[in-house]
Amino acid sequence: MQFADERPRATLPAQGATTAACAHCGLHVPAALVEPEADEQYCCSGCRAVRATLLQSGLGDYYDLRARFDDGANREPARGSRRSYATFDREVFLAEHVTVVEGTARVELLLEGVRCAACVWLVEKLPRCMPGVLSTELRLRDARLSLVYDPARVALSEVAARLDALGYPVHPARGTSQEDLGKRSERRLLVDLGVAAVCAGNAMLVAFALYSGQAGAAGQGSDLAPDHAALFRWTGLVLGWVSLLWPGRRFLLGALGAARARVANLDVPISIALVAGALAGTWNTVAARGESYFDSLTVLVFLLLAGRYVQARQQRFATDSVNLTRALTPVGCLVVRERDGVEVTEEVTLREVTAGDLVLVRSGEPLPADGVVERGASRIDRALLTGESEPVTVGVGDAVHAGSQNVGGALHVRVSDVGAASRIGRLMGLVQQGLTEKPPIERFTDRIAGWFVVIVTTLSLGTFAAWCALSSVGVAVDHTVALLIVACPCALGLATPLTLAVAVGRAARQGLLVKDSAVFERLARGGRLLLDKTGTITRGAPALVDWVGDRGLRGAVAALEARSQHPIARALCKALEADAVVGVHAADVRELLDGGVVGQVGGDTVRVGSLEHLAAHGAAPLPELRREAVALEARGRTVVGVARNGRCAAILGLVDAPRDDAQASIAALRARGFVPEVLSGDVQGAVARVAREVGLEADQARGSIEPEGKLARVRELAARGEPVVMVGDGVNDAAALAAADVGVAVHGGAEASLAAADAYSARPGLTPLVELVDLSRRTVATIRRNLALSLVYNGVAVTLAMAGYVEPLTAAILMPLSSASVLALALVSIHGGRRPRPPEVTPCL
Amino acid sequence: MSVIFIVLPLALVLGGGALAAFLWAVRGGQFDDLETPAIRIALEDDVRDPS
Repeated sequence: MQFADERPRATLPAQGATTAACAHCGLHVPAALVEPEADEQYCCSGCRAVRATLLQSGLGDYYDLRARFDDGANREPARGSRRSYATFDREVFLAEHVTVVEGTARVELLLEGVRCAACVWLVEKLPRCMPGVLSTELRLRDARLSLVYDPARVALSEVAARLDALGYPVHPARGTSQEDLGKRSERRLLVDLGVAAVCAGNAMLVAFALYSGQAGAAGQGSDLAPDHAALFRWTGLVLGWVSLLWPGRRFLLGALGAARARVANLDVPISIALVAGALAGTWNTVAARGESYFDSLTVLVFLLLAGRYVQARQQRFATDSVNLTRALTPVGCLVVRERDGVEVTEEVTLREVTAGDLVLVRSGEPLPADGVVERGASRIDRALLTGESEPVTVGVGDAVHAGSQNVGGALHVRVSDVGAASRIGRLMGLVQQGLTEKPPIERFTDRIAGWFVVIVTTLSLGTFAAWCALSSVGVAVDHTVALLIVACPCALGLATPLTLAVAVGRAARQGLLVKDSAVFERLARGGRLLLDKTGTITRGAPALVDWVGDRGLRGAVAALEARSQHPIARALCKALEADAVVGVHAADVRELLDGGVVGQVGGDTVRVGSLEHLAAHGAAPLPELRREAVALEARGRTVVGVARNGRCAAILGLVDAPRDDAQASIAALRARGFVPEVLSGDVQGAVARVAREVGLEADQARGSIEPEGKLARVRELAARGEPVVMVGDGVNDAAALAAADVGVAVHGGAEASLAAADAYSARPGLTPLVELVDLSRRTVATIRRNLALSLVYNGVAVTLAMAGYVEPLTAAILMPLSSASVLALALVSIHGGRRPRPPEVTPCL
Repeated sequence: MSVIFIVLPLALVLGGGALAAFLWAVRGGQFDDLETPAIRIALEDDVRDPS
């Protein structure tokens, strides 16, 4: 739980605020919730419930374990959602997610709130305390639980509810087929790596025998017995070809693909070296003379694959984490059906909802489909869908859309469109289109590879011609092959993926999940930076900025609002945290549907709500305060009044203000070569005001832009050849995120934006983006330094080869040596440098 | 030294055996999660201090 870093002007001194730590999560307990007489304090009811469950189940050891494993860096309150999980027992759900083999069912679930080894212990204790659960295996990296249970003895919903009670809300693992695909391709890479390792090891073994035999013979043939030499040569030959055709096929196929597409990549020079070496080695083996190059080739294949494996693994870690975040959208909703004349509410999966159904959307729930309100009145937060920062009021007959959030009272909605036909579905269509139209990524190493091929080919032709003229064709072939092998950019091919892997891993530790490592190259260049307003520059939620009237009420308001979950109540709680007084509690709190909350605080009746609400309850503000209220409204504030004992005593102004780090971050990004611009679906006035506050010119702020408009702007800039970086959180940004050169989704964003973006920041605000840009610049600088160094190596080696001084043994030693040194330099330089500041806020997925 | 004609193929067979074991482990999913098993071993039942 984060507390407002922006204090309202003129705070009163905190009165008797003591520090209390939550007995479950260890976080600070807001003063308004501290109960002086209780032994244990809780920051929220979720923590209280989880601790009670743990102690009752005899799982109190969890706390000892956690003290041992968790450094306390990313504590957060318990997340128990206390949902019913009835959807998990629906036929449709079971058919989609659960596989049953011989009476035991297996399902993959994702858990929220998993942080350390103690969570693994707790979750894996489940079979002991729940009959019917056969095994639970939790993977810490991506909080994925493999659950095996006996469907005859326990229902999946019961298991889910139990996990939820332990503080781990459960979600079905979606995109399993894609995940399986990733897992299978990683396993295949590992298999190739194993084969390459065996070939390399044995090829070196026989090569060692050949080399030492040669050394003993002092230049006049080998002192190995001819039949032994032949055995070694032919063994090396077989191993070399196995290595080349099995694990090495990755490079050959990559090069072939590049050649077909008439582009170059690093596979091309690597393949040239491999094929040239293999052919020359085969010729020499058959002719029983000269050198076989298979030891160098197999080692080369092994090292390059090792680099690729490490990169693939890091990359999958980042992708898995993004998937976890994506899975946090609900799978079920409540459908109201008439049965025997009685209305029954049923929890069903989203797939079962069809047009014409009546769904019940409770307060705080997202809308499952597009439709028309049939009963009830509420406020709908459409920030993720349209970028509007203020929730809108809806009543009977109003159209509502999937992807927005109900923040007021319960609504009955008659569904008109579901899935792909809904507005969000159509936006997802645009996202797909954006992704397919995205220009292919031209990697830095690919650009270099093109030049590499040209230069190496020219040099080898020259060498061949020169040695043909000077000596015999046989000598010319030998020297040319030696040149082709030493010119292989193996240092670059090994160091680049490892540098990127380190960068991806490092970004992930800072809460930045990079789905595609090409992001680093693009962010380092700078370019046009398109920023969404709501949720990206601003908090996306109102914050208290004005307080007019009686300041003595601050403590009372804090106590009252601590009991409410309304967005405005949460904003007030955050802002008034310092004013809350220990022991002062609100009693008899009632939240009223017409936009207010009322309760007893210290003998007074305190009412907080909209001015209409106050007026309706006989507490309309006096003219003086009313004038203030009108002035605040004119400045774009949401106005809330506070009444004590039926008299309006204070007027509060709330606004979706820019985050504290916004201005500094935008300045920092400017200094790194970006041209910022704000694109928002919110009204022009609000956008211009926010833009001014963060130091942007008026012409860099565009309001009232539809999702299509954002996409059009990205395309327009891209057509001009400008690199475009788009940062956003909403569904309305998703298409633009997909189409931009780099799309960055920020904390709290919609699933659609996560699917479309190339990178995701698990921390709010723009500071992480600045860190990502810095990391990108450092990564690209390191890659360039690697390139320079490996070019020096290659330059020296090629010169020696052209002059005919490179023996195969020299090549065999020189190549791994160059790789190792470049690699060492790469790792040192990316780990060194300026250490990033530790995150100021806890990452919350 | 004709023993080399037996020893070298033998070395290859041993290497092949190790490779087969490795492939079996990979296909069985033993390399899918390199993190959790490492801590799971520290989590056996007797976590409570004897005191």
